[in-house]
Order: sequence, then structure tokens, then C-alpha cells
Amino acid sequence: MAGFLDRVFGRVNSKGSGSTAKERLQFILVHDRINLPPERLQAMKEEILAVISKYVAVNSEDVDIALQQRQRDSLIVAEIPFTRPHEDIEKDDPDTPQESNRILD
Amino acid sequence: MGMGGKVVTVTSGKGGVGKTTATANLGAALARMGKSVVVIDADIGLRNLDVVMGLENRIVYDLVDVVEGRCKLRQAMIKHKQFPELYLIPAAQTRDKTAVSPADMIQLTDKLRPELDFILIDSPAGIERGFRNAVAPADEVLIVTNPEVSAVRDADRIIGLLEAENKGPGRLILNRVKMDMVRRGEMMSADDVTDILAISLIGIVPEDENVVPASNSGIPVTLNENSRAGQAFRNIARRLNGEIVPFMQLDEGGGFFQKLVRLFAGGNGQ
Ligand SMILES: Nc1ncnc2c1ncn2[C@@H]1O[C@H](COP(=O)(O)OP(=O)(O)O)[C@@H](O)[C@H]1O
Ligand SMILES: [Mg+2]
Repeated sequence: MAGFLDRVFGRVNSKGSGSTAKERLQFILVHDRINLPPERLQAMKEEILAVISKYVAVNSEDVDIALQQRQRDSLIVAEIPFTRPHEDIEKDDPDTPQESNRILD
Repeated sequence: MGMGGKVVTVTSGKGGVGKTTATANLGAALARMGKSVVVIDADIGLRNLDVVMGLENRIVYDLVDVVEGRCKLRQAMIKHKQFPELYLIPAAQTRDKTAVSPADMIQLTDKLRPELDFILIDSPAGIERGFRNAVAPADEVLIVTNPEVSAVRDADRIIGLLEAENKGPGRLILNRVKMDMVRRGEMMSADDVTDILAISLIGIVPEDENVVPASNSGIPVTLNENSRAGQAFRNIARRLNGEIVPFMQLDEGGGFFQKLVRLFAGGNGQ
């Protein structure tokens, strides 16, 4: 679960505990501000993915849905690479869909 | 916004970060600038502002007496020894926060506005009734925090609540900054904190050994010319008064030598 939110904040090159404090605060506040428990966040991510997957092919491992702060506004930022229109997948050999997705990466 | 004086509430979320110290010192600094000021202790049940201002043995009536009509407003305004236009309305010590409502505070400050330049309210810690009482009449809110994770987190919560009540975002007082620790990377800088909270800064107050002796003797530290925290509070008072006062090295607690070092290091004199 942490990875879902963690990725926004690239690990800062931490010299002293001051930068650790800042990093920890950014993570704490993003959760405080959205005020949703981790299970709800995970459920939201899965629902977003389910909707997108109805239209295009998505490899869930490449998906990045994260919370971000822009000044005092909170954003949900999603980066969802898709490989091809859904109808093409249906024509695929059912045994090797993952392989053909990877080629396009 | 009412006519006349400006209502400024000093709040924080977390306790012990310096609200009362800031309120007393901003009151004294504004009075020293020739402004008429009343400071109100809204921390009912945990009266403190009277002690920091050295007025504890003059209390006859308090905030709850005014609200409940047991005395005239003027009777509860204790005049400061040194500044004839600096007053304190103390908190009741034996009551709780529910003795006063946000509407009472609005009514009280509306009576004070025509007579004074500044009405400063010292808020209790927390996010409940006492906080709402203190914030209800505010034209401007000052949020005090320390450069520590828990204090900044609570400040963020307060800023969110202020925004929800259209009282935000307010301006930040970063108190108890130890510049030597910031330089060693062991304490968040003012830039770090404003980065995280995304609100504007009205002042940086250094940790200063003069603060405790000042409250010991009931003489606000800002009246001590040699205190760096005192200087920082004087600067904040001027900014509150609408003056543009550059953030000097002094605010960070750096001396002349450190100023030079920072210049040569290309530092950006916050
Ligand atoms: N800049 C400072 N330097 C040193 N001590 C400080 C400073 N600001 C506040 N203090 C001390 O911190 C303590 C808490 O301050 P106080 O103003 O009572 O906080 P609050 O009203 O937010 O609970 C007091 O003992 C006070 O003397
Ligand atoms: Mg206090």
C-alpha cells in the first residue's frame, strides 16, 4: 500500500534528520489531507483500473496512481500506460497476452 | 470585517509552541509602536497570558464575567503598567470553554473594534470549542509552529480547518528556530516548513534564552533590546501593521559572522 502513495516523493538525499523530518511530514500530510483509510485508497485504485481496463489494455504493474500536493490543493495523479485498444486483445492468443503487452513498453 | 481595529487570533493546534509568548510580545511591540491594543486570553481554565505580561495580581474581572454580564467591558480590561494603551482581558481560571461561545466573542470584539487599533486573541491548544471561540471574530489568523514534525502536522490541520471556515490560510510564525541546528541539517529550515505548509510566513523567531527569564519576571522579551526573539517579535508587529520589513538574518538568529558566511556561500538571506 505504501508504494501506491510513496512514489510521489522521490527519496531525498538525506544528510541530517532535518530532511528526514521533511520527508516524513510530506508523507504524513498527504494522508491527513485525503483522510481516507488505506483500504479505501486501495479500493479506489482498483476501481479506477477496472474502469480503464474496460476500454484499453492495461498492465497493472505499470500503473502509478498517487496523491500529490500542489500548494494547498491535493491531487490524485494517475499515470496509466495502455498498450492497445481492447478489441485487439480479444483477438490475442489467450495464453500470451502479457508478453505482447511488454513488447510495446 | 468590522470597522476600526483589527482582530488577530494567534493559534497553533499543538500546545506549548509559543502562542501565549507570541501574543504577549506582539501586544507589547504594537503598544511600543504607539498602537492601542487589547490582548484577550481565550484559554479559559488555563489562564496564562496575565503571567507572561506581569499583570496577574491586578485581576478582578475576567472574560467570562464580561460575557455573563457581571461587569462592564472596561472593568475587565487591565491596563499595562508601562503602556497606557495596552490592555489585557484575562481568561477565567475556574470555568471551562463552554462558558463562552463564538457568537459571544464576535459580540465582544465588535465592541472593542471602534476603540482600539488591535485586538489580539490568544487561542488555547486543540481544535475544539476554545479554538472556535478564538477564531470566530478573527480578521487575520497567525499560526504558530515549531520546526518539528508533530507541531507542523498540527499546524497543517489547523490551516485546513481555517480554510473550511473561510478564515484561512493565515500567516505562519515559525518559533524556536535553532539556526546552528538548521545549518547542521538537524532541524527543518523556514523554507522547509513553508514548502510543506504552503502558506506565507510572517516571522521567524529564534530560540532565545532571554524568553524564559522574561516570562519569569513578567516583562515581555520584546522590550529587551538585546534579545533576538524580541527583535523578531518587533518585526512581526510591524508586518502586522502593514509595513514591509525584510526578513533579516537576525530573524534566523545569525550573527554578523554568519551573515558573511552566508553571503559568500550564496545564501539567500531569508
Ligand atoms: N523563542 C523561544 N525561545 C525560548 N523559549 C521559548 C520561545 N518561545 C516560547 N518559549 C517557551 O516555550 C514554552 C511554551 O510557550 P507558550 O507561549 O506558553 O506556548 P503556548 O501558549 O503555545 O502553549 C514557555 O516556557 C516559553 O517560555
Ligand atoms: Mg498558551
